[in-house]
Amino acid sequence: MSATEDLEQIQERSDEPTIEIEGLNKWYGSFHVLRDINLTVTQGERIVICGPSGSGKSTLIRCINRLEEHQEGRIVVDGTRLTNDLKQIDAVRREVGMVFQSFNLFPHLTVLDNCTLAPIWVRKTPKAEAEATAMEYLERVKIPEQALKFPGQLSGGQQQRVAIARSLCMKPKIMLFDEPTSALDPEMIKEVLDVMVDLAETGMTMLVVTHEMGFASQVADRVIFMDEGQIVEQNTPDEFFNNPQSERTKLFLSQILSH
Amino acid sequence: MDQPQPFHRNPADMLPERAPPITATGPIGWLRANLFSNWVNTLLTLVALYILWLAIPSFIDWAFLSADITGEDRFACTSDGACWAWLDQRIGQFLYGFYPSDQTWRINVAVVLLIPALAPWLIDNVPGQRWLRWFSVVYPILATWLLVGGWFGILEEVTTDNLGGFALNLTVGLAGIVLSLPVGIILALGRQSRLPLIRWFSIGFIEAVRGVPLITLLFVSNIILPIFLPPDVALDSVIRVIVMVTAFASAYMAEVIRGGLQAIPKGQYEAASAMGLGYWQSMRLIILPQALKISIPGIVNTFIGLFKDTTLVIVIGLFDILGIANAMVSNPDWLGLSSETYVFVALFFFVVCFSMSRYSMRLERKLDTDRR
Repeated sequence: MSATEDLEQIQERSDEPTIEIEGLNKWYGSFHVLRDINLTVTQGERIVICGPSGSGKSTLIRCINRLEEHQEGRIVVDGTRLTNDLKQIDAVRREVGMVFQSFNLFPHLTVLDNCTLAPIWVRKTPKAEAEATAMEYLERVKIPEQALKFPGQLSGGQQQRVAIARSLCMKPKIMLFDEPTSALDPEMIKEVLDVMVDLAETGMTMLVVTHEMGFASQVADRVIFMDEGQIVEQNTPDEFFNNPQSERTKLFLSQILSH
Repeated sequence: MDQPQPFHRNPADMLPERAPPITATGPIGWLRANLFSNWVNTLLTLVALYILWLAIPSFIDWAFLSADITGEDRFACTSDGACWAWLDQRIGQFLYGFYPSDQTWRINVAVVLLIPALAPWLIDNVPGQRWLRWFSVVYPILATWLLVGGWFGILEEVTTDNLGGFALNLTVGLAGIVLSLPVGIILALGRQSRLPLIRWFSIGFIEAVRGVPLITLLFVSNIILPIFLPPDVALDSVIRVIVMVTAFASAYMAEVIRGGLQAIPKGQYEAASAMGLGYWQSMRLIILPQALKISIPGIVNTFIGLFKDTTLVIVIGLFDILGIANAMVSNPDWLGLSSETYVFVALFFFVVCFSMSRYSMRLERKLDTDRR
């Protein structure tokens, strides 16, 4: 499949923009961490964001659910503009799931309780229904038998799959992944990527910060390369890997693909 | 894409499992691991055993074997051992202070009712847990009514200056413990608040109260507070003590809990926010359960300190168990029996404090879900 066909396919499937970012600037103190970011994500689009560490890729996706506050620019997620209004922020967070590098499961709750907590308290789902949904998603990430264990009893890969299931239990429209496999042993990376590929096939809108280039070429509609707080280049995976435009991208690719 | 074949171990290639050697398990293993693991430990074990051998028999001899148990005053005690003759006469004062002796059953009832009031919070799966929790909410009012009486005319009114002895320690200690935990949590959260006014107030309160000895606070409550209050508002002295002890303990409590809050990784706050939980929800469901669990040793430490500090009420003229003991030691009938009385008083505090300590250790083990 050629790159242009890929692009056409994206445009066909996704006319509705679900995330719009315009002129986004963010500073940590006087450090300019995000510079003039413009990004539109359409419904069902799978985007992989890569770049060297410190390039602002995690900060960018953390701005989308307001874990980070931005100082300039406009972010609209699922029709809601992110401002200081806590109600708007909570509305966005209900629709946006996030998976962290360090899993961040709640260690004092069982796997099942981790999954049902937000549906019960935020969505006011009845407990029995929330538990049924949770079991469904735990089945999908292939660990229903661990439901009554505590996170500390699971391996890293299992914990990350629980974290994915936990996010999905809120039935989000958008999923953000912040380096989901970076803290895992090589043996366990695959089991997590498999779950993510599976999720991508369901048509979920996904923004994935990762260095897993195999994953990027397999499922991404678009790969975004960031450096020093800017989007340097974005393209289909084919074009991105085979025909990188900027010198910076070429250097980055040569470094991560060489080993 | 090539699917790698799953790896299967062949059991025949593996070494069979064996039981550990007999010297590593059972009582012998325990002794070796804990008491005789190296020559320093062995030496310390032997020294400790020698000291116990010296101390325990002579204490038992003093306290029980050659003790005098009956008598009207100290002259009845003729042996070398302890003189417990005063117990019979004075035990009522030690327990109830100057509470009218025909009314002391009310204190006993209040203490017995404490069991169902505490059980649903301390023990899992008590039958009727929900109803018992409601009972514990009502308990403070019920206990106050039992102790003070007066309302509805059913119980004869007993003013709080009659309350004394161990009953006073228990009243002040329990009220302080029950109140200082929530107040401490609020102060700890307040100290971390983003709202400057709340933060400043919390810091100011914690630092001011922590920077002053409890005795000073008690004097302030007794002498200075009435100057500021209108003359017809006479705050009960036991209530004043409870307020001051609570304020004092909650400042310490707040710092203990703040330590726990700071030990919670930032990711927990972020995961809670990212799922759309609000501030109070994340605190109640995610952060505080973990922070309080980490803080259990410090919290119980504060509880134990608070309970022992209840003996300081003596400085504002209330007679707790230690005050009664002091009074008795200087009474001509029983002059010079300080070992007996103080051992007796110490026993009460030890039982309560040691139980708290053991319970907290059990609780820690129960809540230790991270490393199971």
